[in-house]
Amino acid sequence: MTALLTVEDLRVTFPTRQGPSEVVRGVTFTLGRERLGIVGESGSGKSQTGRAILGLTPPPGKATARVLDFDGIDLRAASPATWRSLRGARMSMVMQDPKFSLNPVMTIGKQLMEALKFGATQSRSEAKARAIAMLEAVQIRDPERVFRAYPHELSGGMGQRAMIAMMLVTEPDLLIADEPTSALDVTVQVEVLRILDRLVAERGMGLIFISHDLRLVSSFCDRVLVMYAGRVVEELKASELKQAQHPYTRGLMNCLPQIEGGQRPLPTLERDAAWAK
Amino acid sequence: MGQVMLSVEALGVTFRRGGDTVRAVRGVSFDVGRGESFGIVGESGSGKSTVLRAICGLAPTTAGAIRLGGQVLETPRPADFYRRVQMVFQDPYASLHPRHTVDKVLSEPLAIHGFPDREARIERALADVGLGPDFRFRYPHQLSGGQRQRVAVARALILEPEVLLLDEPTSALDASIQAEVLNLLDRLRAERGLTYLMVSHDLAVVAHMCERLVVMQHGAAVEELTRAALASHRAETDYTRMLLAASAGYTPATT
Amino acid sequence: MTTLSRREWLLSDQPQSRRQARLGQVYRTWLSFRSNWLAMVGLGIVLLLILVAVFANVIAPYDPVVGGDLRTERFLPPLSQGHLFGTDDLARDIFSRIVHGSRLTLMVVVLVAVIATPIGLLVGTTSGYFGGWVDTVLMRVTDIFLAFPRLILALAFVAALGPGIENAIIAIAITSWPPYARLARAETLTIRDSDYINAARLQGASSARILWGHVTPLCLSSVIIRVTLDMAGIILTAAGLGFLGLGAQPPQPEWGAMIASGRRFLIDQWWVATVPGVAIFVVSLGFNLLGDGLRDVLDPKARK
Repeated sequence: MTALLTVEDLRVTFPTRQGPSEVVRGVTFTLGRERLGIVGESGSGKSQTGRAILGLTPPPGKATARVLDFDGIDLRAASPATWRSLRGARMSMVMQDPKFSLNPVMTIGKQLMEALKFGATQSRSEAKARAIAMLEAVQIRDPERVFRAYPHELSGGMGQRAMIAMMLVTEPDLLIADEPTSALDVTVQVEVLRILDRLVAERGMGLIFISHDLRLVSSFCDRVLVMYAGRVVEELKASELKQAQHPYTRGLMNCLPQIEGGQRPLPTLERDAAWAK
Repeated sequence: MGQVMLSVEALGVTFRRGGDTVRAVRGVSFDVGRGESFGIVGESGSGKSTVLRAICGLAPTTAGAIRLGGQVLETPRPADFYRRVQMVFQDPYASLHPRHTVDKVLSEPLAIHGFPDREARIERALADVGLGPDFRFRYPHQLSGGQRQRVAVARALILEPEVLLLDEPTSALDASIQAEVLNLLDRLRAERGLTYLMVSHDLAVVAHMCERLVVMQHGAAVEELTRAALASHRAETDYTRMLLAASAGYTPATT
Repeated sequence: MTTLSRREWLLSDQPQSRRQARLGQVYRTWLSFRSNWLAMVGLGIVLLLILVAVFANVIAPYDPVVGGDLRTERFLPPLSQGHLFGTDDLARDIFSRIVHGSRLTLMVVVLVAVIATPIGLLVGTTSGYFGGWVDTVLMRVTDIFLAFPRLILALAFVAALGPGIENAIIAIAITSWPPYARLARAETLTIRDSDYINAARLQGASSARILWGHVTPLCLSSVIIRVTLDMAGIILTAAGLGFLGLGAQPPQPEWGAMIASGRRFLIDQWWVATVPGVAIFVVSLGFNLLGDGLRDVLDPKARK
């Protein structure tokens, strides 16, 4: 398996009144054309890891890495022009809440066409056909109507699917999905995950799936990175989650209530200061 | 089930927004026994939170009746209603006033209802939810999500109510914090013989906390079942079975 | 505890008393305000205005109303012996008049703030919180007041009640509360349905208690910011009324009236009108800088 993305010693630092605070502290991993899950609780640095890969660390934060290589391109030295040609076209990001990621005063169709940057390589009608096909691919039943609709006219699940369509219409090689389904109901969530699943299988896309939901990630991804306090504390195959070694991973799994009934009171996670070292 | 504490009968809630009427709740009925923990499960828009809001008077009751200890609740709710029924909200980041210290949050209900020995009550309430006296004069922004939710639980319990309405009390929290808050709620119920009515989208949380539950969809009750039935996946309706399957995690398409 | 420095005590994340929590909060706000040097300049100007107004009797070397010798001391240029800013057509020391005029300016600022802010807050929060017909009635009244041009209404008011600084202040106050009411209403609308207000309702709190104890504190900071930023405009309106002869009456040393009387000699004795003009400019600038600084520290929406 060739590596699509190589990350070595990624660090993200934010200045605060008490001095710089490192929220991502030396994250290292490689990604092939597979589904990689990053799991962690709030403040573990999982979202900042995803943003740093796309060069979207919000100022005044700073991201540094020893290696940050996407398909032979050194992202650390990428110029703004290189970033423009990469983002959207070859690497995309799906955010948690579609409301904040779609432009409210533009129709879905217009935004899709914008993403395709039509005119450079294809005619308007070709671009529209691709946009409609993409909306169909994300299981939108009435793509013509959604194409003409404004974001506020769509339900949450529909908006999230339109958002995913927009990120995927350019057929990126890498998709970073940051909690793409946590705002959705479980029934819609399954559908959205199936779309992502198919894109990985059929188009050979690399997917980084960032989530707080260990159960979901382990059933969906191939590999899982568990993050705690800015570090990867454990990397394991999703199927081997039950054999997790790190007490944090085990604690995270045990503290979830079970439908089938389980311990009462629930086991709680005793945090060890040594994990953050 | 022993004595009925809270009974909801053919409850209907209709909102008028502009020219539209939205029937958020359509004929939902259930009884909650004294000391029982009862759950309402559903997806967003199922009307589950609206049922809670109708019980405490934040949403209008347009049909049916709600009874507390056999007495039909009138609108607006009488003052002593709030000493018997309290609520914990979903998002601890939104349910605490940003400019009030924990002390102010806890002393406000005591002042409204004219309780004596407030100092001692506040200290005891904090201790009950596992927060030390160090937390008493902090502002919400100095607390973590789990600590905020503990303060919200303390605020709800400081009036010593009999019924606690829980609106997704842990869905905004991390899994490890969720376990701590669920354990806290469990312990408080055992200690004080409280009656819980808990709303959640998470079947596992409701299965853990509640003895019986009702599944809601599009404003109506789909199915009522016991914890044992849920645990052995003995659901009557397709919708509940689908929720059960989805909560187990991702399954690739089977077609 | 005795080894704790005062700074550590204030910044403690575990305050031990109500007082410590409140003081800590104030100190944190002060720290972030202090890092903005332009805001500090504004605060300095406003503090200077207050000090000058309080100690006007001590600072001013001459009487502001009674002039000197009309034969030898008229129109002395600035930096003359004993007259820092020169003298005017009645041989009065301009520096002393500016110093005493600061009292009038400060009175305008304080009275307008004290009258307009509570009215605006009360109308705005009540209207936003209750909604329905209360909102409709109160907002239409607000709209009516908002539709009057401030200076024109003030003119009409002064024309009816007679010229004088007190009537000018009342007129300005009456025309300046509607924007605060709108602002407070908009803030109230965003917090009215929040969970912490619902939680207060569920504790059985009365509407008055919720409005006063829960809603108003959250609207207060944005209204204070707006009032501070408006102060420059209020000072200018007061000066404008003075200039038109409808505000302070001669021989009161009001800055706007001083410009009006100095304008006749603008070509040959430029300082008579220019010095009060500069005073108005500096004080207006001071309030604007202060308001901008306050917005940075108090308004959570402007915070990064």
